[in-house]
Amino acid sequence: MADDRRGDEAGKHPPARELLSAADVTRTIARIAHQIIEKTAGSPEAGVVLIGIPTRGTPLARRLAAAVAEFGGTAPAVGSVDPTLYRDDLRRRPARPLEDTVVPEGGFDDKLVVLVDDVLMSGRTVRAALDALSDHGRPRAVQLAVLVDRGHRELPIRADYVGKNVPTSRDEQIRVLLTETDDRDAVLLRRSAPSPAGESPAGESPAGASSTGPGEDA
Amino acid sequence: MKHLLSVTDLDAAAATGLLDTSDRLKQALLGREVRKLPTLRGRTVITLFYEDSTRTRVSFEVAGKWMSADTVNVSAKGSSVSKGESLRDTGLTLSAMGADCVIVRHPASGAAHRLAAWSDQDRDATGTHTSVVNAGDGTHEHPTQALLDAATLRDRLGSVAGRRIGIVGDVLHSRVARSNVFLLATLGAEVVLVAPPTLLPVGVEQWPCRVGPELDAELPTLDAVMMLRVQAERMHGSFFPSAREYAVGYGLSQERAALLPEHAVVLHPGPMMRGMEIAPAVADSPGAAILAQVRNGVHVRMAVLYHLLAGAPE
Amino acid sequence: MTTRRTGDLLITHARPYGEEAVDVAVRDGVVVEVGAGLSAPAGVMDAEVLDAGGLVLLPGFVDLHTHLREPGGEESETIATGSAAASLGGFTAVFAMPNTDPVADTEVVVEHVWRRGAEIGLVDVHPVGAVTVGLAGVRMAELGTMARSRAQVRMFSDDGRCVHDPLVMRRALEYASALDVVIAQHAEDHRLTAGAQAHEGVVASRLGLAGWPATAEETIVARDCALAREAGAALHVCHVSSARTVEVLRAAKAAGVRVSAEVTPHHLLLTDATLTGYDPVNKVNPPLRTAEDTKAVRAALAHGVIDVVATDHAPHAVQYKDTEWAAARPGMLGLQTALSVVVHTMVEPGLLDWRGVARVLSERPAEIGTLPDQGRPIAVGEPATFALVDPDGAWTVRGAALASRASNTPYEGMRLPATVVATVLRGRVTARNGKVRA
Repeated sequence: MADDRRGDEAGKHPPARELLSAADVTRTIARIAHQIIEKTAGSPEAGVVLIGIPTRGTPLARRLAAAVAEFGGTAPAVGSVDPTLYRDDLRRRPARPLEDTVVPEGGFDDKLVVLVDDVLMSGRTVRAALDALSDHGRPRAVQLAVLVDRGHRELPIRADYVGKNVPTSRDEQIRVLLTETDDRDAVLLRRSAPSPAGESPAGESPAGASSTGPGEDA
Repeated sequence: MKHLLSVTDLDAAAATGLLDTSDRLKQALLGREVRKLPTLRGRTVITLFYEDSTRTRVSFEVAGKWMSADTVNVSAKGSSVSKGESLRDTGLTLSAMGADCVIVRHPASGAAHRLAAWSDQDRDATGTHTSVVNAGDGTHEHPTQALLDAATLRDRLGSVAGRRIGIVGDVLHSRVARSNVFLLATLGAEVVLVAPPTLLPVGVEQWPCRVGPELDAELPTLDAVMMLRVQAERMHGSFFPSAREYAVGYGLSQERAALLPEHAVVLHPGPMMRGMEIAPAVADSPGAAILAQVRNGVHVRMAVLYHLLAGAPE
Repeated sequence: MTTRRTGDLLITHARPYGEEAVDVAVRDGVVVEVGAGLSAPAGVMDAEVLDAGGLVLLPGFVDLHTHLREPGGEESETIATGSAAASLGGFTAVFAMPNTDPVADTEVVVEHVWRRGAEIGLVDVHPVGAVTVGLAGVRMAELGTMARSRAQVRMFSDDGRCVHDPLVMRRALEYASALDVVIAQHAEDHRLTAGAQAHEGVVASRLGLAGWPATAEETIVARDCALAREAGAALHVCHVSSARTVEVLRAAKAAGVRVSAEVTPHHLLLTDATLTGYDPVNKVNPPLRTAEDTKAVRAALAHGVIDVVATDHAPHAVQYKDTEWAAARPGMLGLQTALSVVVHTMVEPGLLDWRGVARVLSERPAEIGTLPDQGRPIAVGEPATFALVDPDGAWTVRGAALASRASNTPYEGMRLPATVVATVLRGRVTARNGKVRA
């Protein structure tokens, strides 16, 4: 079955190049955890909260929290914020399902919030997540951690922690796979399949990108 | 989803999707001081009510407002409706004024279907696009009521599928019963109707449910019981001899409620006739989910508006 | 050089009742010769020639149940537009129901309707008089005066409403028997149909439409048969819609009651399954019932338990139909689609042949309505009153293209068999190839 599926995938898409292996993903998360410990060391009393952006930002936030606990001693609280209801491109596609919004116990007022997502591209998802965040409380400061930054920003947003910078062209796709949501850990790059009937494939048009797709861009 | 006219517009996946969205909306608003989402900013939602209903109208209005839609209420009193304007003209007028969604409550069964048909014709002719939500049409359906009941059952029981749910009372004239029977069956529940024979519809044996002859025999096996309102005019229409006899046969007294299993949920679509179909002590007991139904009503209606209005038009 | 006279006609190569092709020569509205290779009727220089090309020739149809709406409802139909629809549908006589405004319950109104019909001249318009004053079901209208008026009313009915009071119905039947007229009853016990919107059954239950139980028809028909038997009077049952009523009629006829009955084309073809979209074009009284009922009324029509097909042609202007279901008026167009529906439901399945069609659409209705010069054999000495039918002329129904002022046909977009190619009233062609000829 698995072979069949891979064969099908290969038939549909040009072959994908693996940017990060499973080991690379683990190592990258560990590195970001160290950076978070370092960068937030000045304000331990304030507390750090990791807020994932669903779908894949949420397990990433959980893994980062575990790594921070392992290396730094104290486990930061973890939550998630679904930015869908705040997106500026809702009207461009059929209504999409909503994802979990979980505010950690104690909230995040006056805490340092680190937003976590898998891929940063246009910045629109992060913008929506910031709006959602501010409706749930008033953090002391907000930082951003992403596994991959692929460029093509459309808003003045930059990540504080970047696992890997990947210069891409717009017709390439980045797919992040995580064991929590997929069959393995990996980051893949591939050229988009030729767009059928004028439909822009996810990842090509940032406005059409979804945070709920299979680890594509955001 | 273009309109929501009947629960049969929804298959199990679509209904579950709506309930999931409702849960997520509830979650997104949980514990917030600012209960306002920007999602439907600039969208216009009009409630068009030809029957009085504070509960349903306010619920839709709050749902719209919490998602930043502009909500406008039109009632049959004090508008051109009372001057005899046809439903068609009223509907098309509201569309022309830019209504993205018309939520209609009407005493005629099928009124929402008609409004949706006219809206679709109008869209073909002019390109305007107005979704129609059925907020109760005659004795036909009240789909958002059934959705909020299902949401409440999911909250209390963990799931709807495989649960046994009793619906008791005036099934014949109840749009709530019709929507619930078909939605709960779609979601995999087992539905049992208990009612005087005069208040059971002809052909009910072809509905996806069972008719139980006696309430006391059913209660011990039910996961939830939904008490339907008995309207005053039925009492004078010879459907049953007297209010007293009805209450004895079909009312949920304290003694009867004690026959229910510990975990069982008591639902009522409201407004309640305390002492008639439900004893006050039962309505206020921990097993009763009547106010939870009201709370879920707002989230379910937000979910409906979200699915109809947030995405690209179909 | 003689000028062409109306009433002179030569029909060539027509097949009476679908049988052997013949030519039919008509002089002064009367058939003078039937045979092969005929030329113009003797003494006529230049008769109009209607080349039938092998089509089926039937006696002109007689509709015992038509609503022409005039006076008072001219936004939905007039005697002129209704007459046009009738002649295009192959009808040569129609009975116009009295539920107009004012009600046809006096000599004045029935004579008005009769005179307008005669002026238009496309079809014989026979007004039906009301049984009770104002259709109120309380006081008998002046049946005798209407019967003896120039309109010569032969049928009385409160159609749209049932003569509900058994004593009023009994008296009307007794009184009518002396006048040799027929009482046509709209059988509906309104105590059982209060607020009713649709056939009481599975579909209406699901749609939340208040039910119209078949028993409301059955019980009145049973009662009226007993009353008619006692009075020795002629009773006609309008628009039989249910299998149960058929059983009552069968028993009454076996017992010798002078009862006749009609079925509408829509009750032969349509069922309550059409209701699911709530389009009120399908709202009618009595309501569309189940497939079992259509099967029963078809069989009853084939066996003569139900005597005739009558259209219950009920035009309603769009504002009365394009509404929510409960607000819509009941009724549907029927004159121009009647033959096609009869062919579709009765001829194609082999329940009736063309002789049978002539019986249910022409001969029996003329007998029940006591019209001496309608529904006659196609033979020498008989009036030349015909419908020429193309059995292979399937067509697609479009309400907007029908001659009625309203367009509330339930068959919109349906493809139906058989076309009326020409209609002849006493030797005069009143309609040909879809156009009326005044």
